[in-house]
Amino acid sequence: MGDILDVAREQVLEQGTGLTQEQLVEVLNTPDDRLEELLALAHDVRVKWCGEEVEVEGIISLKTGGCPEDCHFCSQSGQFTSPVRSVWLNIPELVEAAKETAKTGATEFCIVAAVRGPDQRLMSQVKAGIEAINAEVEINIACSLGMLTQEQVDELKAMGVHRYNHNLESARSYFGDVVTTHSFEERWETCLMVKESGMELCCGGLVGMGETLEQRAELAAQLAELEPHEVPLNFLNPRPGTPFGDMEIMGGKDALRTIAAFRLAMPRTVLRYAGGRELTLGDLGTREGLLGGINAVIVGNYLTTLGRPATADLDLLAELKMPVKELQKTL
Amino acid sequence: MTTLVYCGHCGREQADGSHEDCRRALAMEPPRYCAECRRRMVVQVHPMGWSARCSVHGTLTSS
Repeated sequence: MGDILDVAREQVLEQGTGLTQEQLVEVLNTPDDRLEELLALAHDVRVKWCGEEVEVEGIISLKTGGCPEDCHFCSQSGQFTSPVRSVWLNIPELVEAAKETAKTGATEFCIVAAVRGPDQRLMSQVKAGIEAINAEVEINIACSLGMLTQEQVDELKAMGVHRYNHNLESARSYFGDVVTTHSFEERWETCLMVKESGMELCCGGLVGMGETLEQRAELAAQLAELEPHEVPLNFLNPRPGTPFGDMEIMGGKDALRTIAAFRLAMPRTVLRYAGGRELTLGDLGTREGLLGGINAVIVGNYLTTLGRPATADLDLLAELKMPVKELQKTL
Repeated sequence: MTTLVYCGHCGREQADGSHEDCRRALAMEPPRYCAECRRRMVVQVHPMGWSARCSVHGTLTSS
């Protein structure tokens, strides 16, 4: 077998075929002195198969905290002694958040709720929220409301939800170390239903949760198998009171290798910077990731923590001469 | 004048330790505890800001 970067150049860059799980393990073991070469290749793949544009999104928590699930990275679980209190956002505040997001040039606004799956009250609030946003703001609306029934998938599609987020969180082989209150297969099932409905599937995960490099490659391969429209890539931000609260922050070079590996696994997907990049990568690493396979960002704050100022990311995109994707091109 | 007795990040008394890590953390997340009474606050993070409400001492915002 040849050098993995030469293989990737031919297989991914030239032919557009993502690397296999075994090949991704090799990529994740790329030595530091070849990291720059790896990132340049991942960037070339991104530009060739996705184009120069970067997709910008804002997110908001509609229902915070009190979640019955035990995702060990999450401060919103009601099972841990996290300081996050339960709160619902009202519709005027939701519309205001959508307006703030649209002002940044974002094309996506994702409404998120910390739940196992939506109940009737949440579905009603989402419906009212979407109607109120559509009346005042031009932006695509995405949702992340946990595991869905087929009926709920159909309802969300009928509400005009453009994209649905449901992450795999971690590789199948490591999932039981991260979540015990539901299974990897339950998540997978929701993802399949979303795809079949015609909504765009947004499905990613977190890295830096104690998984091995092999399991990181496994996650990328399992995501590639699902063929999501978008993959949000989160880096663990250890939250006080959660089982993963004392974990080390992932190293920047490992994070960059992961970005490149995910791009080489999924040459055509929207690969989005999500939570934790501020801690893991900092300002310099954020730039390197954008030049190493990333083609989408969450701007502004996250659900319970703060992000870089939106202007910092938008200025960086301008400096890198990466145009922000416009709304009409996504419709 | 308001007396800030408690750390907004960890909820312990300001006089208890240096809270250097807490100050760093508060650059990246809103306060969770009221600095006057240590009650856990109801925090809402927005794309461009946040608000934190104590049922007794009112609301703080990022602005």
